[in-house]
Amino acid sequence: MTSSPYIPSTDNDRKEMIEAIGVKNFEGLLTDIPKNFLFPELKLQDKLSEPELVEYFTELGNKNVASKIKTSFLGGGSYNHYIPSTVKAMIQRGEFLTAYTPYQPEASQGTLQVGFEFQSMIAQLFEMDVCNAGMYDGPTALAEAALMACRIKRNNKIVIHESVSEKLLDVLKSYSKWQDIEIIHADQINISKEEDLACLLVQSPDKNGEIIDVESFSDQIHEKNGLLIQHTYPTSLGLLKPPGSLNVDIATAEGQSLGVPLSFGGPYIGLLTCKNEYIRQLPGRIIGQTIDKNGKISFALTLQTREQHIRRESATSNICTSTQLIGLMVAVYVSTMGPHGIKHIAETCFHRAHYMAKKIDQIEGFNLLSKEFFNEFVIQTDISVSKINSFLLENDIEGGIDISANGKNLIMLAVTELSSPSNIEETLNLLGGLSE
Amino acid sequence: MPEIGVEKSSLPNSKFLRDNIDLPEVGQLDLIRYFTNLSSMNFSIDTNFYPLGSCTMKYNPKINEQLSSIQGFANAHPNQKDENLQGCLEVMHDLQNELGEITGLPGVSLAPLAGAQGEYAGLLIAREFHKYNGNDHKKIALIPDSAHGTNPASASMAGLDAVTIKTTSEGDIDIDDLKSKVNQDTAVLMLTLPSTLGLFEPNIIEITEIIHDNGGLVYADGANLNALLGITKFGELGIDICHSNLHKTFSTPHGGGGPGAGPVMVTKSLESFLPYPHVKKDKSNYETYKPKNSIGRLNGFLGSFGIVLRAYAYIRSLGSQGLREISENAIINANYIQEKLKSHYTLTSSRNCMHETVLSAIKQKENGIKALDIAKKLLDEGFHAPTMYFPLIVEEALMIEPTESESKETIDQFIECMIKISELSENNPNEILSAPINLPVERLDEALAARNPVLTWKK
Repeated sequence: MTSSPYIPSTDNDRKEMIEAIGVKNFEGLLTDIPKNFLFPELKLQDKLSEPELVEYFTELGNKNVASKIKTSFLGGGSYNHYIPSTVKAMIQRGEFLTAYTPYQPEASQGTLQVGFEFQSMIAQLFEMDVCNAGMYDGPTALAEAALMACRIKRNNKIVIHESVSEKLLDVLKSYSKWQDIEIIHADQINISKEEDLACLLVQSPDKNGEIIDVESFSDQIHEKNGLLIQHTYPTSLGLLKPPGSLNVDIATAEGQSLGVPLSFGGPYIGLLTCKNEYIRQLPGRIIGQTIDKNGKISFALTLQTREQHIRRESATSNICTSTQLIGLMVAVYVSTMGPHGIKHIAETCFHRAHYMAKKIDQIEGFNLLSKEFFNEFVIQTDISVSKINSFLLENDIEGGIDISANGKNLIMLAVTELSSPSNIEETLNLLGGLSE
Repeated sequence: MPEIGVEKSSLPNSKFLRDNIDLPEVGQLDLIRYFTNLSSMNFSIDTNFYPLGSCTMKYNPKINEQLSSIQGFANAHPNQKDENLQGCLEVMHDLQNELGEITGLPGVSLAPLAGAQGEYAGLLIAREFHKYNGNDHKKIALIPDSAHGTNPASASMAGLDAVTIKTTSEGDIDIDDLKSKVNQDTAVLMLTLPSTLGLFEPNIIEITEIIHDNGGLVYADGANLNALLGITKFGELGIDICHSNLHKTFSTPHGGGGPGAGPVMVTKSLESFLPYPHVKKDKSNYETYKPKNSIGRLNGFLGSFGIVLRAYAYIRSLGSQGLREISENAIINANYIQEKLKSHYTLTSSRNCMHETVLSAIKQKENGIKALDIAKKLLDEGFHAPTMYFPLIVEEALMIEPTESESKETIDQFIECMIKISELSENNPNEILSAPINLPVERLDEALAARNPVLTWKK
């Protein structure tokens, strides 16, 4: 008998198979491995039975404050939105959960059609022509979009607008460091005086939640023959103009806010959309519609000559996943919400955030710095941010992100539909108490 | 949906406001039926034997799904402070230790979001290491012609020039070719172990020595790690860097093509180059930090935590003995299939394989039956097809990886079906050529999809 709960073979099965193979014992199968290096000692932690696992992981989960909080105002690229029951029900289906990449399309039409729906719905939400089947996460999608622009324009100069967060920039640096690419900060140059550029990256809503006039950069960058790339927050598109109507060429986003749990930062999904003319330089998986030999509409992975398994070192990227299961979550989320739900969630986030921001601004010692924002805003306070956050946490409320700089106490708060009016009132009261 | 519930504010400037959202409107029941019916059009591990070589389609334990949805994990916000996330950080720290022990490479980062990103991280580590030592000229990545396509693609992203190394007909490194191409400019050798032909590289010690003698590093693609748990350790063989696909060896669900995770493991001397944030234990506290010579940030937060948690639970449910049994049974199952099919298909090597076997359908091709046709016929019979046409060095390749999860009964049924198809290729090839006929669709016009791309739904 094996000690593993996941091995079905009996001792007798193993004996029969080893005999059939014609070796004396299992070791007889390992003659290629140098003897001195065979069967090293393995000192792992003791194994746990299923009930012990449940107990152990439950205890570990309880060591995170997330096990007890009532509401959260943390954002900064990951947002606490409601996940409908439909999403949870669908990802539990083993037919989706335990399938592989749809290399055999006849046996994978479920995954493929969901992926096609995902591409269609994200393209509609962004009002962009096309969307690929999914990237790892938002920051890697933006980095790949910038590299894509460099390939399209055969130019290695990437300009970063000040709206782009440090984290996004850091990932772009890791992705471009050894590719002879120059990253230029927009505030350090005069774009109109530059030679040709590959692209301009703008984040809106920006790193502090502010809405940026993305379209105003369009002429500037297009005159330099470069592409305009926007990184956005998809929930905001229920209220704000989508990239497609802002003259944006490539748009990316972190897809987490569309039905994906916080899960300590992953797995999430990167959304990558572009204008039609650039599809041959899109990285990642793409699902296309076709017909079978009887003319029946069906779906398959397509444009694979861009990809690593065919083009090897000349591929558009080394990526070979589409984060498909998270794409399923997003597809079910968007279908469940529908156009009215998407709009309503965005409006709820907007109005609750603005209400809370205005009320905080009225508390003595708290000043709202943000002007035109969606659901995330910055407050300057007399009290240190860590003190505020600790106090809120004592009351089971997750405060905001500490972005204090230059001797100023700055806190960034995000408000979603999961911060109820009573959560907001309670938080306002607590902050009011702190200032006294 | 909840009401807005607070006093409304004035909306932003109208130039920022959206007029219209064009998305489908569907009732919940119709939605559930639609997606449920779509799911029934898939093959999956939960429904079918799925011997897709190099993908390690093993059972995905249900308990791991349950554990990942525990509230303290599912609702953990990545921008919370370390002190309030001790449970998450402990999971990461302990998995780092376990993977270090399993591979013999103690510096572990869980940041990479997939195998290809793990590869990329490994190559960045090699580049930074050489730069740190004043060896900027080391820009060559030696890659065997049998390698997975992500290897050269990752090398190219890391600004390395890929130089192909020949392999023997059995997929082993051609030592003479290696010796003729290695030199002081060699940054790294990328090696898949066991090889993509499912064989253990018998000259591994000599190979790692050759590379080290030239000041290079050896990177092992750990896609096939399922063969080596407790069998041998990368670190002891002279390998400096490797990655592991948690969605292969460590049982996390493939999800129809992700999300996965591809942790990168390195020797002690390369630890300071790992990506950030990295997790360490300081007395009894777990904390994130940036390693001194870090290659940088690879993604938005700390990696694919939900996947990391499942993999850790898998390792904890098995322990040292259980993990070794995983590899043992995976190897026995693959060799059993190889033995039973070797007189019906053409073997690329007479050696015993590790966890997967590569057969060639050149014999069947004489009757007009290609690897692709065999794959489609298998689908009709309820088995997912093996990996086809990979590795590229084997003509009409069918790469079969049964994993340890399958019972002898299932494996015997598969063998019987493969033999039947081989016989059909002689007696009634048309039956194979017309397959699949039992699936929701028949063979697709994939050329049409590429020639005339329809990538979104049109009214």
